[in-house]
Amino acid sequence: MSAVSSTPGDQPTPEAARVRHSLFAPDKRTAMRNAQEGRFRVYGLVAIVIALLALVWLLFSIFSAGLPAFRQTFVEIPVMLDAAVLDKAGHGDPAEMASVTTIGYGKLIGKALAAEIEAKGIDIGAMTPKDLVGMVSENAAADLRDMVLADPKLLGTTVQFTALANGRIDGYFKGRVTMESAARDNNTSPEKLMLADKLVAAGLMDMRFNPGFMFMPDASDKRPEAAGLGVAIIGSLYMMVVVLCLALPIGVAASVYLEEFAPKNRWTDLIEVNIANLAAVPSIVYGILGLSFFINFAGLPRSASIVGGLVLTLMTLPRIIIPTRAALKAVPPSIRDAALGVGASKLQTVTHHVLPLAMPGVLTGTIIGLAQALGETAPLLLIGMVAFVREYPGAPLTGLFDPASALPVQIYNWTQRGDPGFVERASGAIIVLLAFLIVMNTAAIILRRRYERRW
Amino acid sequence: MSLGLLLLTIVALAALGYGLGRRRAMLSAGGDMRKLHSLPTFYGWITALGVLVPALLILILWLFAEGFVIHNSAVSHIDPADVPADSSVNLMMADVTRLAQGLSALAAKGTDLPALEQDIEALKTALADAGVAMGNDPTPSMIAAAQAVRSTAAMSRVGLSVTTLIVSLAGLVWGMRRISPEFRARNATERVSLGLLIAASLIAVLTTVGIVFSLLANTVHFFAIYPASTFFFSPTWDPKFGGGSTLGILPLVWGTLYVSVISLVVAVPIGLFSAIYLAEYASRRVRGIVKPLIEVLAGIPTIVYGLFALITVGPLLRDWIAMPMGFGNSSSTVMTAGLVMGIMIIPFVSSLSDDIINAVPQSLRDGSLGLGATPSETIRQVVIPAALPGIVGAVLLAASRAIGETMIVVLGAGAAAKLSMNPFEAMTTVTVKIVSQLTGDTEFASPETLVAFALGLTLFTFTLGLNVVALVIVRKYREQYE
Repeated sequence: MSAVSSTPGDQPTPEAARVRHSLFAPDKRTAMRNAQEGRFRVYGLVAIVIALLALVWLLFSIFSAGLPAFRQTFVEIPVMLDAAVLDKAGHGDPAEMASVTTIGYGKLIGKALAAEIEAKGIDIGAMTPKDLVGMVSENAAADLRDMVLADPKLLGTTVQFTALANGRIDGYFKGRVTMESAARDNNTSPEKLMLADKLVAAGLMDMRFNPGFMFMPDASDKRPEAAGLGVAIIGSLYMMVVVLCLALPIGVAASVYLEEFAPKNRWTDLIEVNIANLAAVPSIVYGILGLSFFINFAGLPRSASIVGGLVLTLMTLPRIIIPTRAALKAVPPSIRDAALGVGASKLQTVTHHVLPLAMPGVLTGTIIGLAQALGETAPLLLIGMVAFVREYPGAPLTGLFDPASALPVQIYNWTQRGDPGFVERASGAIIVLLAFLIVMNTAAIILRRRYERRW
Repeated sequence: MSLGLLLLTIVALAALGYGLGRRRAMLSAGGDMRKLHSLPTFYGWITALGVLVPALLILILWLFAEGFVIHNSAVSHIDPADVPADSSVNLMMADVTRLAQGLSALAAKGTDLPALEQDIEALKTALADAGVAMGNDPTPSMIAAAQAVRSTAAMSRVGLSVTTLIVSLAGLVWGMRRISPEFRARNATERVSLGLLIAASLIAVLTTVGIVFSLLANTVHFFAIYPASTFFFSPTWDPKFGGGSTLGILPLVWGTLYVSVISLVVAVPIGLFSAIYLAEYASRRVRGIVKPLIEVLAGIPTIVYGLFALITVGPLLRDWIAMPMGFGNSSSTVMTAGLVMGIMIIPFVSSLSDDIINAVPQSLRDGSLGLGATPSETIRQVVIPAALPGIVGAVLLAASRAIGETMIVVLGAGAAAKLSMNPFEAMTTVTVKIVSQLTGDTEFASPETLVAFALGLTLFTFTLGLNVVALVIVRKYREQYE
């Protein structure tokens, strides 16, 4: 086509005489322009490939770092719960037994491990009983104590106890800890790692799926192996419920007013501009609002899911109002005219006809808004949700006022810890978060595909 | 009466009101619906709304006022001599609140409180057993204040329950008395509903007012105790929690702009070229697959990008570029944060540009192609100039995103406030410092915490300005071709 432009049409002109080459052999300028065209296309393709590669790289890096968090090394040993150690008074009363601290239980586990290692005929070399205790997580003693205090009848029996292995041992099997790094590490030693290999060979230690990662609460700085997402998932769930219960009705009501009832005047214009701007306000500013209004002014408790929920509600509202208004606008006026024509009032028209027809669009917008709120971190940092919370919040309504964590904040929290085991935990938590987001967005897409009507 | 139970009771009363209202309307018409002005359900609705709306309004206002009243009654009990020199009454109140919670927990266990209050040591151990950690030892005036908190809170709860129940019952009775066949129930219901709809749309305005007010009030407070000239013009940022800090915003603004510029340098070409390709060259099928995939980048939470910067991009840049070339040895750098943020804002640039390029009328393209221009010449010389204002708007929106972004810079850019040209050095941004100054136990009295509000106001004004300009440009552009 471009070749045509350099050759004249059917009218012979003096210039035409100068063109000597064939139409099928492009001249220099045409070749240059065509090459330019090709280059331009390649730029576009390269840009797309870069963007997609970035996405793949991001996901690959998170998944390869995070998948190991779902598997954990466990030590399985029979532990003799010696009544003489755990319940000196011999009454079987949990209140009295609580005086035995985790140190007492730790010694029992160490003894049990030593006995089991001897029974299997494994050479432990120069390792002391204290080193042996270091093979299992510090959390194992606490788990055993909780188990016994919950069921004092276990006293004096031998139970098959599954203990978490120490974080470094676990890291060794996941390739995070090597013999060289262990030699420089105060918390473990190459001997321990070699013993761990032998324990695996003897079947005492193995790596398997770790459901505790999803259900256990957070753990302290030195116990990455015991840290879980239980409290964070409940906290996020509570906040999402608050957001859904507040933002959906308020957002729909506001959109209905603006789209169906509001007179076109300055005041309505102001509200509209306002909503458009609120959608673009940096999320951290909502955190400042939450801190100074909900916590300092209204006196709501810090770190509570109710405050997080309220802040996220304010943030999500414009993100629900905008798609809801679009959905209402998409309902053709003929529907309204028909309803008004048979004598319905304005409100009846909206509630009986317009809103139900717009509902798929409204719900799609709501789910996407909720998904954004679920991943939001910055405002929650300011309202104190970074606190270390080990207790599960209570049942709803009062539980909303209990301190809780949230998924994204828990991830941030883990990135700030010293132990490298927490990087794996944080990446694992991101996989959980992304899984929730994928479910929500898929639901939104299905909803849109199935129920959205084109008029 | 607990809050949940109270709410449940009010809702139950409203449901009762609905049933009774409907029934009474039918009875008053002698069972003949035609004699009523409105459908029977409207009589039910208006009665239910009469129960619900005033009671809930009172409940909300009461809960807000309660905090003040409790605070004031407790503060009046605190002996000024008990307040430590390095602390303030407000900090003491945090302890008093904790003490009050502890006392309530002990009372729930059936401990003899009056005896404990005489013996502070015993009280301390009892509190520790109940899992309540105190910052300072309780003094008699603190105990008195804590008791005042408890008694006022208990009184307030009783008062709240009684008041809301009376109001909702009164609403029920009043609603029932109004019902007669002539009563225009539908009109009344719709008036109330419209009021509720207007109230809902006002929440957006109230949010803005709340944001502006909370930022402004605290900023004014900040400038009252800290010189504005230092804040705006000092090139050092050095907060000391003992006092005597230098809080200059310049290094933070520099870091913010540096990171944002790098991210735009990454995102604008990639976003723009992919938008052009998708809008002008790609087949429907490719477009249908690639466009949602690029938009996935916008749906990924920023904390994920932050971790990506921290564990992957940062170490990679340090080991392969910064260290071999001698630029520095930090993995948290402006470059790390800028690159990752650039990836994040690609879809903001590409989606909006794509829409805008698509909005350019086909006749412009046809004209250009008809004159013999190649597709790329058409795009560069006709489509892009026509779409330019819209694209500028898209870039401005992306820039405002980049400036307000928090988690990527918190995890990727470092915390050292520096004025430096080297992109492989750790620098910090306005948002990072808001987080670090406001996280933890905060008390709004020292310039070190209040400065966060001044930073927040700066950030808010800046992003708001960018957004308004961008929206105006985009809107004007859209109108041009509609």
